Amino acid sequence: MTHVAIADQPEEEEHHPTSFIAKYIWSQDHKVIAIQYTIVAMFVGLVALVLSGFMRLQLGFPDTFSFINPNTYLQFMTMHGMIMVIYLLTALLLGGFGNYLIPLMVGTRDMVFPYLNMLSFWMYFLSVLVLLASFFVPGGPTGAGWTLYPPQAILQGTPGADWGIVFMIASLAIFIIAFTMGGLNYVTTILQARTHGMTLMRMPLTLWGIFTASLMGLLAFPALLVSAIMLGLDLLAGTSFFMPALVSLGEQLDHTGGSPLLFQHLFWFFGHPEVYIVALPAFGMVSDVLSTHARKNIFGYRMMVWAIVIIAGLSFIVWAHHMYVSGMNLNFGFFFATTTLIIAVPTALKVYNWVLTLWRGNIHLNTPMLFAIGFIFTFTHGGLSGLFLGNVIVDVPLADTYFVVAHFHMVMGVSTVMVLFAAIYHWYPLVTGRMLHEGMGKIHFWLTFLGTYAVFLPMHYLGFLGVPRRYFSMGDTAFMPESAQTLNASISVFAIIVMVIQVIFLVNLVWSLKNGPRAPRNPWGATSLEWQTPVMPPAHGNWGHALPRVHRWAYDYSVPGAAEDFIPQNVPQEGSGRPDDGGQEEVKA
Amino acid sequence: MQPKRFHRAVTALTTLAVSGLASADWTERSAENLRPGVTDSSETIYDLHMAILWVCVAIFALVFGLIMWSMINHRRSKRPKPATFHEHLGLEVVWTIIPFVILIFMAWPATVVLIDLEDTSDSVLTVKVTGHQWYWSYEYLSYEDDPDLGISFAQRMKTPREQYERPILPGGLFPRGEAAGRVGEDFIPLTADNPDTKNYLLEVDNNLVIPAGQRVRFLITADDVIHSFWVPDFGYKKDAIPGFINESWTEVPEDQTGIYYGQCAELCGRGHAFMPLAVEVVSQEEFREWVAKKQAEAAEEVADEPFADLDEALAKGEQLYQNHCVACHGGEGGGGVGPSLRGTDLMTNPDRIDENISIVRDGRAAMPAFGAQLSDRELAAVISFQRNAFGNETGDLIQPADIENTEGGQ
Amino acid sequence: MAEKTTQYFVPDSSPWPLWASAGLFLLAMGIAGFIQQATGVSDSQWGGPVLIAGALWMIGVLFMWWRDATLESLQGLHSVQMDKSYRQGMIWFIFSEVMFFAAFFGALFYVRWLAVPWLGGAGDGAMTHELLWPDFQAMWPLTRTPDGTTTQYMGAWGLPAINTAILITSSVTLTIAHHALVAGERARAILFHGATIALGVIFIGLQAYEYVHAYRDLGLTLDAGIYGSLFFMLTGFHGVHVTIGTIFLIVLLLRMMKGHFTAENHFAYEAGAWYWHFVDVVWVFLFVVVYWL
Repeated sequence: MTHVAIADQPEEEEHHPTSFIAKYIWSQDHKVIAIQYTIVAMFVGLVALVLSGFMRLQLGFPDTFSFINPNTYLQFMTMHGMIMVIYLLTALLLGGFGNYLIPLMVGTRDMVFPYLNMLSFWMYFLSVLVLLASFFVPGGPTGAGWTLYPPQAILQGTPGADWGIVFMIASLAIFIIAFTMGGLNYVTTILQARTHGMTLMRMPLTLWGIFTASLMGLLAFPALLVSAIMLGLDLLAGTSFFMPALVSLGEQLDHTGGSPLLFQHLFWFFGHPEVYIVALPAFGMVSDVLSTHARKNIFGYRMMVWAIVIIAGLSFIVWAHHMYVSGMNLNFGFFFATTTLIIAVPTALKVYNWVLTLWRGNIHLNTPMLFAIGFIFTFTHGGLSGLFLGNVIVDVPLADTYFVVAHFHMVMGVSTVMVLFAAIYHWYPLVTGRMLHEGMGKIHFWLTFLGTYAVFLPMHYLGFLGVPRRYFSMGDTAFMPESAQTLNASISVFAIIVMVIQVIFLVNLVWSLKNGPRAPRNPWGATSLEWQTPVMPPAHGNWGHALPRVHRWAYDYSVPGAAEDFIPQNVPQEGSGRPDDGGQEEVKA
Repeated sequence: MQPKRFHRAVTALTTLAVSGLASADWTERSAENLRPGVTDSSETIYDLHMAILWVCVAIFALVFGLIMWSMINHRRSKRPKPATFHEHLGLEVVWTIIPFVILIFMAWPATVVLIDLEDTSDSVLTVKVTGHQWYWSYEYLSYEDDPDLGISFAQRMKTPREQYERPILPGGLFPRGEAAGRVGEDFIPLTADNPDTKNYLLEVDNNLVIPAGQRVRFLITADDVIHSFWVPDFGYKKDAIPGFINESWTEVPEDQTGIYYGQCAELCGRGHAFMPLAVEVVSQEEFREWVAKKQAEAAEEVADEPFADLDEALAKGEQLYQNHCVACHGGEGGGGVGPSLRGTDLMTNPDRIDENISIVRDGRAAMPAFGAQLSDRELAAVISFQRNAFGNETGDLIQPADIENTEGGQ
Repeated sequence: MAEKTTQYFVPDSSPWPLWASAGLFLLAMGIAGFIQQATGVSDSQWGGPVLIAGALWMIGVLFMWWRDATLESLQGLHSVQMDKSYRQGMIWFIFSEVMFFAAFFGALFYVRWLAVPWLGGAGDGAMTHELLWPDFQAMWPLTRTPDGTTTQYMGAWGLPAINTAILITSSVTLTIAHHALVAGERARAILFHGATIALGVIFIGLQAYEYVHAYRDLGLTLDAGIYGSLFFMLTGFHGVHVTIGTIFLIVLLLRMMKGHFTAENHFAYEAGAWYWHFVDVVWVFLFVVVYWL
């Protein structure tokens, strides 16, 4: 094995792997690993997207498609949810963008633990394989819903209770190990490997988001691991963690003494932070995209950082708001209702700050910016519908209805995906050296944005009417007047349209790789370090001869008196210009 | 009485806030909004919901107004000179405090209603509700001075199984072949064109009957997995957790008698969408009559009474087969997850009757034991049905006594 | 400062992570198959062999990998800055392990203070008790479960107390060994390190004996209700960690005997020591919560 030992070696002596396998399979370069993560996550995300299409076909046009029955419907639903939350969003935001951006943004050559980084990816890959393998085992994948609530997850009345659930648990366990390795790598890199002058309070918000989310992952994922292990043992070894004495399909089971609510507590102790593990990197990235394309510094940087930290802290004590109707002790109910409403405050603050960042800016309405603004819309929308659900008593009629479906898709699905698109359009030139096609991008944005609204807005209405979620067939009921039936069918049509639209995006990604206009250096005029590498796209080792030095915060846009409307972080301070806002010159080790 | 006062206050506020806009009257059953329901608590929830709705509309307008304004007036083509302000402590403090106050304003009344909703004291009737895969059953416990009414029954969806759920298909996720070939001739499409689909997927065989104007306490539990007992018009929903009991109560005003439908709201396996519930609210006199009638019926029913003839057994057996066996063995006995029952040796060989009984009662391999769930009489009926339907025509009549006399399997 | 941060070495490529994940796959499949086989859920016979193959594979890969890592360290490719990073990485890892055990302890507390009393009629559970479990007595350890399974519980003052003493002693000997290493007294370091390993092995042996005792004499098994499940889960995962820790210490002993560690540069040794102390602390909690109270 060859090592590029000390980074001070001259550029030409660095070892550049040449063969395909050495470059893309054995590689420990964070950029290659990031791309590996991105491709796998996007592939598996497409699978989940198609599954959601199947579900919508059944719901909109019941009984037209013979391969969907109540069993397969639940299986599609479960796999769609699990893939989207864990294997797409978590993996793509942290594994993909985290990997690519952290070393470049903090100004280092690679992650501090490159081996671990590579192992993390391959374990993730393995977990995806195990997950997808469950489609092909006898009985198919599990249909227990992504929450995997026992007892139903492991009893015969649920599809996939023989093998599907075993594969799901195994896949989750492997994913968590992968994530733990990735997470401690990201955290340590940000704490340890920041370049000269990059104080914590000079870091771009992207880094803050990724850092906090990784930290939360280290805290929250073990709870999921523990609940997965217990669930697996309840299934395979006859333990009774989540099983009271009970009867399944007429058969008395040997389980005794446990409580199904225990699983819910453990699951949501992971599950709620997980929402923010996905959301915080998105918050960070969207802040940077907004600031760059509005040519204006982010409003209230310090407050934004503190908001991220406070949200992260609070998110660990709100979990039981997912369980309002499951019969909790009243005092717990109050506690969790209060914390849930309090967490809305820092979140609201972030939204106001984004709006004020746009206010009186010089807004360049290109594709990444459109997606970023789209994010503010969908996220605020989802946040407001959260007010209904967080308010413990209004949650009672709305829990487990389509209102909830609409809420979490708005706040966690659509908004995060908006940020992902914004980020891909924003950083694609950095990764590939080519610009994406702007026209295709704009079509993609408008159709996706309007399309998702057409899909999820009517779902709020269905929820008000009392249509429960996770139903194979909604029927023609008192809860579903004829108008709602039509609406329901139209949701399906729009969902299919939105799915098909994504082809434009994929075509754009592939087409632009060869045919896109060559990206100029720093095409957006951004200040953060990742755009300041000696060559673009960054080479192995990122920085050539010497690491950059940081002299200012990441948001020096439109500084009066400056030659251009941005000053990169590695440009030294001069006598003029705005004062150094990013903290002391002293460097943390 | 807090909720009442609060209700008035919020109604006034809401009316004030939306004067000129369309405001929904809670006495009307809305088809466009949250269901106001019929009980006090559901109305209060509805009011709170409306209050939150208007707060949201205000925030929505403010935030999006600002964004749109910025996008229109500060976009690049207008060549704006970007501002350089970057922090304003006062502003940040203000918009931390304002949402905080709004949230407190919304949380306080919610808490009051919640406390009220959890308080199940002073109830007149107590009903134990049990969720099963996939039907509900009810047990009437105390009513007024009577500590145990002794009424219990199961409540299943009326819609026949073929109509909503195609048999589980062999061959995994992507089965081959024509739907008609797999499902059979009497396949009824799931569409609204079907004339029998009024309250489709909601009608049940036995309504849960409760008196109006009296406080009814529900003790909610489950047999197998978590279900959720939910009648939207009563304004609450409570999970049914196996091994534990959750309590809830409702009191429907005297003038609101009628049938209220509900559904299971917690994923409970493949039949989750097919275990509706219906509550029939009747006047107190009617309720007493109903109780008397039910008690008389229960006294008549003798569990081990032999069947008079084969037809009686088959009629009962067919119904039981539809409820319990179809999922695995198929509507025509052709099998699916479970083996085929059509003309097999087990079904037709008279020497294997004991084995047949043992399998159904005590279970074998993937076949669950139905002994705990069905009475001897019901077991006898369903086994008789199996041995005479699907072209088996053995003419065997199994009596409850046969079940009793067959030795245990495992 | 600038020199410091540039001293990261950028490794190029390595096949080991990929092979390791393949090995892990075998291992996971093996464990799943083995559990099914051992508990009689399935008749398949492939679990054991696959488990052994996966374990051997993992040992091989990890050996090769650690050899590479050790070589790098010996070549002086690891800078002071990297040493710090390793320390931090280890801290975050232990942090995440703490959360892992915290979740188990959380489960124990939940069952003990909420679920079981609820079944026994405390607080909101009056009706649960009256209607569903009229014969059930809430108690802890739960020796008679709601459906009537009875077991005996594991007392605190026999083997468990001895085990506690053993582990605490091992922490002390490890600290002595560490001090000796820093002071450059290699022979003493090796002696006390060896003693630590011996104590670890004795602990595992006694733990195994205790399990046999529980199964054979007390009727306390993994599937004998929630108390047995929790007991074996907590002590079992702790036992796994002690085993890993012991292996870690054995590797360290071998490296120490080969003279890999200097008084200044012995991060791997410290990491091992931290891990061992962490495992000890978990045991003390376990002893108090699972056995004693």
